Amino acid sequence: MPKVTIDGISIEVPEGTSILNAARMIGGEIVPPAMCYYSKLETSGGYCRTCMVKVVKGSEKDPRPMPKLVASCRQPVMDGMEVQNITSPDVIEARAGVVEFLLMNHPLDCPICDQAGECNLQDLGYEHGKEGTRYEFKRREFEKRDIGDKIQLHMTRCILCYRCVKVADQLCPSRVHGVMNRGDVAEISTYIEKAIDNEMSGNMIDVCPVGALTDKTFRFKSRVWFTKPVEAHRNCTKCSGKVRLWFKGEEVLRVTGRKDEWGEVKEFICNECRYDKKNVSDWVIEQPTHVDRHSVISQNHYENLKQMKLDTQRLKAKLPENKTNGSK
Amino acid sequence: MQSLTNRKKVVSNKEMTWVEKLYLPAILGGMRITLKHIFSKKTTISYPEQKREFSQVYRGMHVLKRDEKGAERCTACGLCAVACPAEAITMVAAERKKGEEHLYREEKYAATYEINMLRCIFCGDCEEACPKESIFLTDRIVPADLKRGEFVYGKDKLVEPVDKPIDISKRQTPEVLEFKKNKKLTHNR
Repeated sequence: MPKVTIDGISIEVPEGTSILNAARMIGGEIVPPAMCYYSKLETSGGYCRTCMVKVVKGSEKDPRPMPKLVASCRQPVMDGMEVQNITSPDVIEARAGVVEFLLMNHPLDCPICDQAGECNLQDLGYEHGKEGTRYEFKRREFEKRDIGDKIQLHMTRCILCYRCVKVADQLCPSRVHGVMNRGDVAEISTYIEKAIDNEMSGNMIDVCPVGALTDKTFRFKSRVWFTKPVEAHRNCTKCSGKVRLWFKGEEVLRVTGRKDEWGEVKEFICNECRYDKKNVSDWVIEQPTHVDRHSVISQNHYENLKQMKLDTQRLKAKLPENKTNGSK
Repeated sequence: MQSLTNRKKVVSNKEMTWVEKLYLPAILGGMRITLKHIFSKKTTISYPEQKREFSQVYRGMHVLKRDEKGAERCTACGLCAVACPAEAITMVAAERKKGEEHLYREEKYAATYEINMLRCIFCGDCEEACPKESIFLTDRIVPADLKRGEFVYGKDKLVEPVDKPIDISKRQTPEVLEFKKNKKLTHNR
């Protein structure tokens, strides 16, 4: 098994593992961010360049460093490879540049966007980006396109990560969704409008790292941080039925897949679960979702309140005999 | 019990002297203090007729501003509500329909927007959080009322009238303007 060292932490991983997945096995701060790579979708990754790392030692046999930064989602590990991520200033600078490129055409409409609060690009910009923008030209614009009554497409927000296209390719047997045109005018679209009727098509919403594809049934209902996520399941013939419900008060506003710590859904869910089952009675609720303390969604969710333990034995010993009797 | 402060005075039962028994010096002393206060400057004013001068950045009743074309600036982004330490702000968002462009500036707007003035502590965090320069605190005072429900101010009381804009230019002190000049913070554009 090849042994790889990332930011000074060594791990042995199976043959053919990418650097990104090896870093995820270690976990923590050293994991490169990824906007297009999605472990559940084949051939994803290699578009966005946010996961770039520096390889300072190619392998045990050929210890020369790699001449350029490499995309860690596509680069398999070699035995003895040494990788720098957050310890390399080059990587941090390059990543800030990538974020600037991604934000070049991305509109600043977070106050309107339904994805705000759980947006990968927001997090990426906050953690790795620069404060300002140097771009002075008009951002690209598209004609508004209606792609069905369940999914809302905001083409201006798209960063062309191709995740939704992979979902259409790999989960929906008859693909109706793809990328048209090239370069600056490239856009995701459907050839036949209102044609996304496949029963797994709703997963495009979950895989979208930005607010380009959002749930139309949740459109402007609430900001994400005012809703409370809860894990729930039901018997579904089409999918695993394991979902996350987003409550506001007693009302289920939205149903999504369960996302893991890397922002990827654990299991894809079908459209019936996503759009049509919005009664609490449809679901068996398991537990509240753990929300990271640094996320805005943790706002007003007090899951870590611990009850203070009183040492009653010691208290009784301290109090005089007549007082304990008197309090009864 | 031990006293918490040292200000406690033990009452004495001392016999009064002849002068003290007359009570006149004590009465005159009291009258002197009273007369002094009659001629000194008053600390109170009769409020509705007379008003005190407010600070430039006094934080009173909120206003929801409109832009130059008269469209509401608020997009119901919820940042004021999440910044509010008293949880006084609630809102419901709605989508702008065709033909309403002159009413609402952005695609989304606040269908209802309520501030509970009894909860509000007038800290001004909402004004600071607002990315659209929509909400401002003004030098107006929230009037008294008889019912609690009347203190939940909706859009009818908060949004400025189209024909009678609320002036907030006094709040734009040199320090505030300097902050707004910084184009790096793109929401100031």
